[in-house]
Amino acid sequence: MSHEVNVPKPSGAPARPRAETRDGLIRPAWLKPNRDGSPWYARTFRITTTRIISQAFFFALFSFLLFFTWFSRLGGYPVSLFLEVDPLVAFATAISTHTVYRWLWRALFVLVPTLLLGRVFCNWMCPYGTMHQFFGWIFNIRSNKGNIEKNRYRPVFQLKYYILTLFLILAGFGALQIGLLDPICLLTRTFVVTFFPASDLLAEHLRSTLLGHGLDVPTSFLSSAPGAAEQRVFAGAWFVGLIIFGLVGMNLVIPRFFCRVLCPLGAFLGVLSRFSLWRIDRDVTKCTDCDLCLKHCEGASDPHQALRKSECFVCFNCIDDCPEDALSFRWLPVSIKDRVIGTVKAKTATLFGRKVISEHLETERRTPDVPRRRWLFASIVGVLSFPFLRLSRDVNDRGFNEKAIRPPGSVAEPEFLERCIKCDQCINVCPTNVLQPATLKESGLEGLWTPVMDFSVGFCQLNCTLCSEVCPTGAIQKISVDRKLGMKDYADAGPIVLGTAFFNRGRCLPWAMETPCVVCEEVCPVTPKAIGTYDEEHTRWDGTTVTLNKPYMRPELCIGCGICEHECPVLDDAAVYVTAIGESRSKARSLLLAQRKEPNQR
Amino acid sequence: MARSGGKPSDRKEAPERIDRRAALRQIGTVSAIAAGAGWAALAPPTWPGSLRDPDGERGKPKQPVFRLPENGFLVPNVPGGAVLGIARGQNVVAMLKAAVDAIGGMGRFIQPGDIVVVKPNVAFERAAALGATSNPEVLKALVELVRDAGAKEVRVADNPIESPESCFVRSGIQRASLEAGARLYLPKKSDFETLHIPGARWIEHWPFFWQPFRDATKVIGLAPVKDHNLCRASMTTKNWYGLLGGRRNQFHQDIHGIITDLALMMRPTFVVLDGTRVLFRSGPTGGSLDDVRPGQTIVAATDSLAADAFGWQDLLGRADESLPAYFEQAARKNLGNPDWRSLPFKEAQVG
Repeated sequence: MSHEVNVPKPSGAPARPRAETRDGLIRPAWLKPNRDGSPWYARTFRITTTRIISQAFFFALFSFLLFFTWFSRLGGYPVSLFLEVDPLVAFATAISTHTVYRWLWRALFVLVPTLLLGRVFCNWMCPYGTMHQFFGWIFNIRSNKGNIEKNRYRPVFQLKYYILTLFLILAGFGALQIGLLDPICLLTRTFVVTFFPASDLLAEHLRSTLLGHGLDVPTSFLSSAPGAAEQRVFAGAWFVGLIIFGLVGMNLVIPRFFCRVLCPLGAFLGVLSRFSLWRIDRDVTKCTDCDLCLKHCEGASDPHQALRKSECFVCFNCIDDCPEDALSFRWLPVSIKDRVIGTVKAKTATLFGRKVISEHLETERRTPDVPRRRWLFASIVGVLSFPFLRLSRDVNDRGFNEKAIRPPGSVAEPEFLERCIKCDQCINVCPTNVLQPATLKESGLEGLWTPVMDFSVGFCQLNCTLCSEVCPTGAIQKISVDRKLGMKDYADAGPIVLGTAFFNRGRCLPWAMETPCVVCEEVCPVTPKAIGTYDEEHTRWDGTTVTLNKPYMRPELCIGCGICEHECPVLDDAAVYVTAIGESRSKARSLLLAQRKEPNQR
Repeated sequence: MARSGGKPSDRKEAPERIDRRAALRQIGTVSAIAAGAGWAALAPPTWPGSLRDPDGERGKPKQPVFRLPENGFLVPNVPGGAVLGIARGQNVVAMLKAAVDAIGGMGRFIQPGDIVVVKPNVAFERAAALGATSNPEVLKALVELVRDAGAKEVRVADNPIESPESCFVRSGIQRASLEAGARLYLPKKSDFETLHIPGARWIEHWPFFWQPFRDATKVIGLAPVKDHNLCRASMTTKNWYGLLGGRRNQFHQDIHGIITDLALMMRPTFVVLDGTRVLFRSGPTGGSLDDVRPGQTIVAATDSLAADAFGWQDLLGRADESLPAYFEQAARKNLGNPDWRSLPFKEAQVG
């Protein structure tokens, strides 16, 4: 860009008067008033300081709530709060389901401030934005001039509006994909799948090191999963980790890269902020067009010319940086262009009798800078993406994947895909680690990072309904233990069935190898047990006799909890394994004729 | 290093070689790195600073092996004293006390300053009423009794089948332990060490929940009375299963041999067979109140096999069936006497 930057010479240290103050007392330098006569504390207690405190608070709150998403820590905290106040979650699920689930009305907590003040969420609350700002600040080695150039608006920032359009259109068709890039979903997922297991690893390593020195010190307070017997593992953690490295690293190339370029929530709030009552306003009778306001501009919203309301994060850095005090945050500021008398070129321009100094008379640009044809283009991409996603075999009832086993309380697969935002809070709270983020193999790109059960890692614990408690969108509906197990009021409806267990007799020790076993029968948690045995006295190859209890399934009783598969000693490819067939959330996927009956017929 | 660069005009006047000091320093650095690398790679393994591993053995992880005390945690026998104390009634506290008093009273077993491990059965995430886990009331009474006898610390430990925290909470064992002032040990990977059990058939070296046993002086087993799909009955002897880690799902290939090994592994101070509830079918998990009946009995014993035999015949009511095979196997190894009627026992009716 060939824009000339008029940087005033640094004024050096003596910014404040050295002479005694009016009352004649000599004070330490930090207590002296500012040059403009404002008191000393105006230097420290600025609105930007308040903003930083707010960001630290919300980041800490976010981390705290996720850290407390664990069996022994839940204690009634609204652990999915950030996902519930995310207006894009509420809006997109309202589009896909025509309802606002449970706590999603809390999105008003962000929506209303946005309508009043603009995108304050982005730079005051959003933990992901805070993270990017922090790393951008820590690793920033650019000169002031370099910063000013990096913080100019670029056309590539339109991309987020195309992403938003694509996601909303997909949501309209019932394929909710906002979770791929929504910052709260993305950061929650990153915490759950990468940061938290790392904290567990650290706590465990610290403990065994201390034990090695004879110190029995509990370190579980550092762990996100205290009381878990095994280190938690997550499918595709490396990929989620790679994404966070990449996105944080991009701050070196474009500051706040994610927020400015990719963030669909930012785009959504950007569209809304055209209505906001307050905005940053530039006084053209003071502004010298020095562009210093761009030095720390987080949103690249061009406060030096026509402020792009849709891009402004309301970080207030520009007000702080303006040497002429030309910028302020104002309630319903007037558009001054038509009120200027004279012309800028002839240097005769005045505004309400004061001389106009700035050459740029536009002070506001309300709507996102996206040409209409490109909105259309993004919409067409959205319309075409739906069939591409949904006609992939694995997400379709015609060829559903046998390993897409959903948590208890999940709605049927098409409705599940309308609701799941891939935040992975259910995976965070799961005490046995059975819930895993789906990789592409279980339900294609559409179901990427949605929760599926992997019984080689864990099993669905009988009396546990925690995943249904924390799900913010009702992909997993809130259920009680009675509902899950089909007890009391739900005796007619029967238990929730996740799938059905099958025996692979060719790998089963009693069936194929003359060796007693039946761990599966032992651990089967339902009563009467869903695994029975054919007991026979058997003469082995070496002449010895053994009693073999050869297991078989009683399919009406199996709830698909998978503990048999998890405990099967044939570790690598279990001799008893659960697949999704027979899951009670879908009649179309039932196995037995008996499962098709309505509850009252049973 | 000290190459004189700068503008081209300077270079004309620069010397053709670098100066001696810089050359010596550079040569010295190169030699030191080469010598250090050579030492680490080539010096014999016993020399300090050597990393040499000629056959790959040195690089393998070393697993230290632990042993429990030679005679277990037994206390000396009292001549003529009862081996089995059976208390029947309703009041858990009174029954437990009567049962322990019958075998000599807590003072016989616990001395002031003892560190006592209590091993309940918390295998499954079940409410106590379903009988799949130890009765928390009994545990609480037991811990209090042990603490009253002057124990310095009481540790409650088990390695459940299902997720440990949920099991401890749901069964009520966590609450009962903490209320009674015990210290809870939930299994973490770093808590396990390889235990050497001399003479064991299958588990001579096996991962053992070692942490609670560090410096422990006494061990008390507290087991419910349960039907078991494979070994037919799970009581005080089978209860030690919960102290092992690793691939426990291989144990079922010879469950009776494993239980015999368990009896060999752990010689407890005494055991308590908690017959307040009897899971008489669909064991060891149960899951329905219909599978449970009240037993109204608590047994304390210095011989686990005797206690289990009593449980089999009296509490499970299977006197007409032969004992499961592990009784005989363990008895053959002198680990107890299943013929409990031949041993001195006392029976008391309380509350």
